Amino acid sequence: MGNVSKAFGAVQALEDVSIDLYGGEVHALVGENGAGKSTLVKIVGGVHQPDSGTLRVDGRDVILAGPAGARDAGIAIIFQEPTLFPDLSVAENVFIGRQPLHSGHRIDHRSMHTQTRALFKRLGVQLDPDRVARGLSIAEQQLVEIAKALSFDSKVVVMDEPTAALSAREVARLFGVVQSLREHGAAVVFISHRLEEVFAICQRVTVLRDGRLVVSQAVAELTPGDLVRAMVGRDIATRTHEEHDRAAAVLRVEHLTRAGIFEDISFEVHAGEVLALAGLVGAGRSEVARAVFGIDDYDSGTAHVGERALRRHSPTDAMAAGVAFVPEDRRQQGLVMDMSIAQNVALASLQRLKRFGLIRGSVEQSFATDWATQLHLRYSRITNPATSLSGGNQQKVVLAKWLSRRPAVIIVDEPTRGIDVATKSEVHRILVDLARSGVAVLVISSELPEVLAVADRILVMREGRIVDELERRDATEEKIIGAATGQEHVPAAIESSPT
Amino acid sequence: MDIESPGRLVDFVLRARTLGILVVLALLVLVTALIQSRFVDGADIKFIFQQTSLYALLAVGEAMVILTRNVDLSVGSVCGFSAYISAHMFATHPGIAIPLVFLVGLGVGLVCGILTGTIVAAGRVPSLVVTLAMLYIIRGVDTIVVGPGVVLASTEPAAFLRIPEASVLGLPDIALAVAALVAVAAYYLNSFRSGRDLYAIGSDPQAARLAGIPIANRVFTAFVISGACAGVAGVVWACEYATIESTAATGIELQVIAAVVVGGVAIFGGSGSVVGAALGALLLQTINSALNVTGVLPSTWTEAISGFLLLAAITLDRGIQLRLSTALRRRRVRLGA
Repeated sequence: MGNVSKAFGAVQALEDVSIDLYGGEVHALVGENGAGKSTLVKIVGGVHQPDSGTLRVDGRDVILAGPAGARDAGIAIIFQEPTLFPDLSVAENVFIGRQPLHSGHRIDHRSMHTQTRALFKRLGVQLDPDRVARGLSIAEQQLVEIAKALSFDSKVVVMDEPTAALSAREVARLFGVVQSLREHGAAVVFISHRLEEVFAICQRVTVLRDGRLVVSQAVAELTPGDLVRAMVGRDIATRTHEEHDRAAAVLRVEHLTRAGIFEDISFEVHAGEVLALAGLVGAGRSEVARAVFGIDDYDSGTAHVGERALRRHSPTDAMAAGVAFVPEDRRQQGLVMDMSIAQNVALASLQRLKRFGLIRGSVEQSFATDWATQLHLRYSRITNPATSLSGGNQQKVVLAKWLSRRPAVIIVDEPTRGIDVATKSEVHRILVDLARSGVAVLVISSELPEVLAVADRILVMREGRIVDELERRDATEEKIIGAATGQEHVPAAIESSPT
Repeated sequence: MDIESPGRLVDFVLRARTLGILVVLALLVLVTALIQSRFVDGADIKFIFQQTSLYALLAVGEAMVILTRNVDLSVGSVCGFSAYISAHMFATHPGIAIPLVFLVGLGVGLVCGILTGTIVAAGRVPSLVVTLAMLYIIRGVDTIVVGPGVVLASTEPAAFLRIPEASVLGLPDIALAVAALVAVAAYYLNSFRSGRDLYAIGSDPQAARLAGIPIANRVFTAFVISGACAGVAGVVWACEYATIESTAATGIELQVIAAVVVGGVAIFGGSGSVVGAALGALLLQTINSALNVTGVLPSTWTEAISGFLLLAAITLDRGIQLRLSTALRRRRVRLGA
């Protein structure tokens, strides 16, 4: 593919990226979260159309009008989030839209069953082809997706973090499959955060950073240290604020477990502190936050705010105890997009604003204007709908909504996703100021520079467990990546190892 | 049942869902027969099947639409309109062949289905709103066309009005024809790619898009089939009730949807069967008759009981789903997979 660019609104997700894929070669695509890998995958898979640039398959320009077009061009994608049909059988999920047929266009259920069984055998998987997909673990779903890609006999197979949810044994088996795909002459794109995997099975590697191509060359010419530097690629963020004494724990989470999702999670957030939960997408960070706030239920463990135990599965109780939660997806969960800025800000404080059971527009507006000024919100009129704001300013409205309740604990999930750089640092400043005013702040972020910019203390999660705790003065991007991907002390260990 | 295999567990529960309706049905018939033995002497059973065929016919089309995570609220209006137009044919074209009248009804249904399907599929407008609008539009056109007029039984040939009476071995011909249609529809949904696509679309529309399934085409087809069923149901209505006014079949769409859901088709699509939907219709009609025959409760209770059943069915489904997903999650952890 050549000179491909893609922008979503004001955010440039991919800029002028060119990659060559060769048959019989495994091509690694690496980069931090948000570097543009998934966007690239979606373009190759026909889900998004590039704003500019071309795709060529076997020397011919192709335009992928949709996922079906990509499939016809011989491209199979295994998406990071498996896209199975929960109500259909596993075999049907593999063969949907191209089930083997008897004469007369009837589906040959038996043949579909045997073919699926054969694919699973090739993968070394023990799954009943006739069971429904509902209830499969992420790893099992991933394996079904891989079986699907195998069944296409595709020229290009793209795997978006196929190993993130797999056990070591499953990973070894997957490598065997990748190897056999390669021997059959397929070009494989392999996306992974685990550098040892890149060096184990890939021949060529491309590094993306902030939507741009940084490096694209043979793996043999690089050391793991080169790769880490290419991925991180910036001066390690310098401290923006001073050390301070740790006050009392405000939020205390003990042995929180939700079977299959996260396990034995214990931590404390102190007044005046920003605690960051770092880790890869799918490590279970958001799930922990949702469980603490009571959106999701959990199996065992406790959460306390001060001396008060939070009732499980009750956001109302969490709010009453002074917890605020700013969700990841502000458009769907944080804002009522069609309501005015003022109404959105006041939404969580209506109890306080009402007089004789009624809300007066003027009271609501002056209340909202106060908060808008404090957070430097850029808007034209406070009565305009929330849709009229940019992403960053929308996020400020969500923050204002919760801050106006004067919470003791605030949990913020991916506070700056899809926000421009300038507003990003404003949001960071708001979070830090908030902590300095005595609030306990818990931030979940996949962006390492952000974690380092705001956090006083960092917990790293991997596969549902807390695997590391770092004080800010000891934390580096390399250490966090290392813990999140299961490689201890990446730079030191790798830079000394021969390639 | 192999307890260690989660797959078997899921399959067992889903199959038990259809079995459940049959069990409730059997219990109902048994209890009713014990109270009032003439319930099983033939005439009542024949009447139940007669009544059921109309609703089962509508339920087949409705089930196909609901499977795709859509809904068709216009079936009552289409049925009523088709009933009037087809019965009116006898007045304007005396001596017209009866099969031709069925074709006219089918045609009316097809036109309505194509119209609705086009707006939903091409316009990407929520079907709830589109078919609600169509419910009023078609009923409105019906009212304008019919005016205060009525099609009277006297204008219809005796052979036409005798159709519901015809039976083989105590089962009405219409019921047998509908049973055949249910079988064909079930076979289509199970054994053809386009049929499976309907399940896929309802199960996860986003995944269906990624799998390259022609969603708009399939949804369109489902609405056309639903329209066609409603059109033919109109003719059945005409020969059963003979006297047709502009209000014919008003409000039956909700009874049809109730039958489909009681029959185990998930209201958000993706799972269920037309056989279940037809059984749902049979169950609701049987309750209706059982109340009439036994006199245990006044027949005015019918609607309340139907509503209660609907609620029970949905609560049961939801409960099973929650328990199942928890059970599967825990089992996986225990097995260490």
